[in-house]
Amino acid sequence: MTNHVVDLKNTDCALIMGSNAAENHPISMKWLIRARENRGAKIIHVDPRYTRTSARADLYAPLRSGTDIAFLGGMIKYIIDNELYHKDYVVNYTNAAYLVKDEYGFEDGLFSGYDQENRKYDVSSWDYKYGEDGLPLTDPTLQDPRCVFQLMKKHYERYDIDSVCKITGTPKNKYLEVLDMFCATGAPNKTGTIMYAMGITQHTVGSQNVRSFAVVQLLLGNMGRPGGGVNALRGENNVQGATDMALLFHIIPGYIDSPMNNAAHKDLISFVRSVTPGAAKLPFTNLEELRELVKEGFPNSGWKIHSSKWVVSLLKAWYGEAANAGNDYAYHYLPKRDEKKNYSHMQLFEAMHRGEIDGLFVNGTNPVVGGPNANKEQAALTKLKWMVSIDLWLNETADYWTHQAWDRPVENPNVAKYTPAEIGTEVFFLPAAAVYEKEGTAAQTGRWVQFRWKGADPVGESKSDLWIYNELGKRIKKIYAGSTRKEDEPIVNMTWDYDNEHGEDDIMKVALELCGFDVADGKPVEGFAKLKDDGSTACGNWVYCGAMTFKDGKTIYKPQLRKKDDPSGLGLYPEWGWAWPMNRRIVYNRCSVQPDGVTPWPGDEERQLVRWDPNAIADPTKPEVLGKWVGVDVPDFIGTTGPDKPAFTKPFIMRPEGHGCLFAAKTSMKDGPFPEHYEPWESPTANKMNSHNLNPATKVIEPDKQGDAEKYPIIGTTYRVSEHWQTGALTRNLPWLAELMPNMMVELSEELANEKGIKNGHDVIISTIRGDVKAVACVTKRFKPLVIHGKHVHEIGLLWQYGFKGFATGDIANWLTPHIGDANTMIPEYKAWLCDIRRA
Amino acid sequence: MANLTNLYDVSKCTACRGCQIACKDWNQLPASIEPFKGNYQTHEDTDGDTFTIIKFFETEDPVTGVNWSFIKHQCMHCFEPACMMACPKGAYTKTETGATVHDPDKCIGCQYCTYACPFEIPKYRKREDKISKCTLCVDRTVEGLTPACARTCPTGALTFGDRDELLQKAEDRAKYLRENGYPNATIYGKLELGGLNKLYVLTDTPDKFGLPVDPHIPKNISAWQNVVQPYFGWLIPLMLGASAVSFVTTRLLANKHGGHGEHEEGGHE
Repeated sequence: MTNHVVDLKNTDCALIMGSNAAENHPISMKWLIRARENRGAKIIHVDPRYTRTSARADLYAPLRSGTDIAFLGGMIKYIIDNELYHKDYVVNYTNAAYLVKDEYGFEDGLFSGYDQENRKYDVSSWDYKYGEDGLPLTDPTLQDPRCVFQLMKKHYERYDIDSVCKITGTPKNKYLEVLDMFCATGAPNKTGTIMYAMGITQHTVGSQNVRSFAVVQLLLGNMGRPGGGVNALRGENNVQGATDMALLFHIIPGYIDSPMNNAAHKDLISFVRSVTPGAAKLPFTNLEELRELVKEGFPNSGWKIHSSKWVVSLLKAWYGEAANAGNDYAYHYLPKRDEKKNYSHMQLFEAMHRGEIDGLFVNGTNPVVGGPNANKEQAALTKLKWMVSIDLWLNETADYWTHQAWDRPVENPNVAKYTPAEIGTEVFFLPAAAVYEKEGTAAQTGRWVQFRWKGADPVGESKSDLWIYNELGKRIKKIYAGSTRKEDEPIVNMTWDYDNEHGEDDIMKVALELCGFDVADGKPVEGFAKLKDDGSTACGNWVYCGAMTFKDGKTIYKPQLRKKDDPSGLGLYPEWGWAWPMNRRIVYNRCSVQPDGVTPWPGDEERQLVRWDPNAIADPTKPEVLGKWVGVDVPDFIGTTGPDKPAFTKPFIMRPEGHGCLFAAKTSMKDGPFPEHYEPWESPTANKMNSHNLNPATKVIEPDKQGDAEKYPIIGTTYRVSEHWQTGALTRNLPWLAELMPNMMVELSEELANEKGIKNGHDVIISTIRGDVKAVACVTKRFKPLVIHGKHVHEIGLLWQYGFKGFATGDIANWLTPHIGDANTMIPEYKAWLCDIRRA
Repeated sequence: MANLTNLYDVSKCTACRGCQIACKDWNQLPASIEPFKGNYQTHEDTDGDTFTIIKFFETEDPVTGVNWSFIKHQCMHCFEPACMMACPKGAYTKTETGATVHDPDKCIGCQYCTYACPFEIPKYRKREDKISKCTLCVDRTVEGLTPACARTCPTGALTFGDRDELLQKAEDRAKYLRENGYPNATIYGKLELGGLNKLYVLTDTPDKFGLPVDPHIPKNISAWQNVVQPYFGWLIPLMLGASAVSFVTTRLLANKHGGHGEHEEGGHE
């Protein structure tokens, strides 16, 4: 979330799209309901199915799964055509005025630079025109035909209301109501929030779906202001923390690109050059020279100009004394990923299926239930030599080799089937401690990092994750101790000091490493602005730097703070836990005040977060220097940036241009600078917006596993319910929760049920080209057939939370879902595929 | 002491059913897992091990479209509880804060109360040959704690406190809802049966939520308490038969008036 959960109470209008907030993020509704009670806020829910969120919304509008860009593209057009955008905001805080290279173009669904053979783009034309000072050229009147605003206007010309409704199936009157209600937040004294979840991201155009939100919110002036934002509701309590710690393969901690085996990453300087925006052509050959350049500043860099400090401090944290100026701070120890390979979930399982992977640690995940095309992923596990499962219970993945695990409702020759005798994998199970049986932090959806104290001792032999990984680390180090082989150095020289004086794992030692410390005295670094690239600081994750402080002889770990004071009344609670970065509760908060830095947006005084005070003294040791940013939130930029500096009106500090991107320039996206509608991989209709059905930059992994609309005419989607959590490995083992949602079910409309002779409560079989599942039919008025390009199309929805273990059991919905993903992230397209349904 | 009550505002409930779990947790009630029947509602009614449930009503209106409403169902803790009147052994008492409490030690399992209650709340637990029902968490409230259901409610649909204050809040809220898109919004529990110690803010008329519009105590139950029990206690065995007859007729009458059944299954059956 760019904002945070409590901030929802400040909104004037919430657009919940691709999320079932009431069911999956119940606490978010507390604050939305409060916004409605106290401010008269409106709640809009856009979803293929009427859910418990819709029940509490002021307005519900259906759409077909996988057509969000059409829906939002129409909204962008509506905002521009009716001049509903927040003009001052758009001109000053976004790249609307930037002029785009003449080489950039778009024709019939393809952006310039497309390489058909490799299904990828050369993005070099997706860039600005630059002046002699190296800065992008702009036209603040927004009239130049090559300015972002005009290009955007042209791009979305095709997204008129009628065309959109034919694609999405949304009734026109409902669509108009949504446009009217949400776009009203373009008024300078209004803010609107967008809340989304996996319904938006789990598509072959998932990233561009989110980009569409960013464009809408920038146009309406809703970013960086209370009650606004693009707010991803994260699906697990600490998935934000896991992402911060580089859960994903393409980054190392702190969202820095992970090094690859190519020339651009061959040594530390090359790597730093490639991860520092604006540094590509600068004349430096070592860190000293770079440091001088950074001190002066260089154009198109943004806050990432400091990347070298984060990288070197990270290497210092990992390799300690073995990392020094003489050896590139041991940069060569870092594993380099293969530039040509993709290591995302699906590709890992594809590689496993090909027999390329020997062993697997499965920790906090249950791919036999949760993985896409789970039949294939389960078969892939059989190719492993060993597998370690770490969980509270023996979940479906831990028991994937049992007879029960291969039971299917229908004999299907296309689905692999094994018996335990045929599986050679040695499976180890390590019982894990539950969340209340261990201590540590969790970073929630609004980036608040909160410490949790242990409530009870772990049951039996179960252990905390830290204990398990600390032991693993120590034992691996022991095996390699004393080795003089060059290739063993990264392990021999890796720092591994997480034990306290009693030889027990100490979470505060992990915390100190993450937050960063001064190498000389071991005291915490007070903030990432103080990190150095000369080896004097070590920091495991620069984003978390500043969470620990040393004051009056005491170390304070800010995630442990629990003060309930809210001086602003905006729900910022600055001393409850700690929010990254630097305890900023609302990022891009420069946007909450007009470009002059002083005047609040007209009529919105109460939601101003920061302001420039020209008479305040920033540094008590330099009383002669006046001017500093003050306010109720921590400014999301350097607090002394005055009107004399260009950065004064650049709120988006992580972007090289410093402005919000209506046009995603350069390498930001792999599939286009403007979101464009493409159909899901499996769709009942051809794309009518352009002649490319599938996102042209998405890789097709299994071309022979694409179902066609003749045989499988019904759209299938998957989702969760309030009562179960993720794959259900936890909740299906708890009798009270099993009681609430006892069996696998499929929701379908009364119309489809009539066509198929299905009655409520019947057992039914749902099939795709990849497999079959059995479920109980929930025939409901809450699903309705949609009219798509004049044709009735049905959509059904399955819970993906069941498996064969626990008290609440049922078939695994992911036996049906495809192995294809988003062009940027490779998140699987769980949310839109083709199937058929019949009585069992 | 003032009456302490729950206020339940259907316009804020998301049917997450945290209240159902919190209730089972606090009262240590076992799960009664029934197979999924095509409706989100776990059970058709409360049972001996389930003191409260959320009921789901799925309806469709040609103008306003689909509507899904939820209501929490549990003991109403009536000011003048029929269960208490019917009980031959005095197992029911009213606490000074207004909760209707059942003492299983005094209960003989005769089930008269189950016939008497206009909300069909007391449920027979066969394994113990006793009645069980919601206690308004008196064992928590005497210690100054909030009932388990209200404590866990994430959205603020369930609140707990002084009845007079909550009644005022409820009236205000219903007025607000009437003026903001819910012309039929009303409150429930203020006057019904002389007052209930559970208050509801409803977005529509009570019948849309399966609540009896005009609940009443069967006449023979009040006669039982006022006349028969004090003077003719020896007639108990005879009355058992009479109550059974009354139960059947009351049910028949209730069905005739359409108080139940019509919406209860969310149109699924």
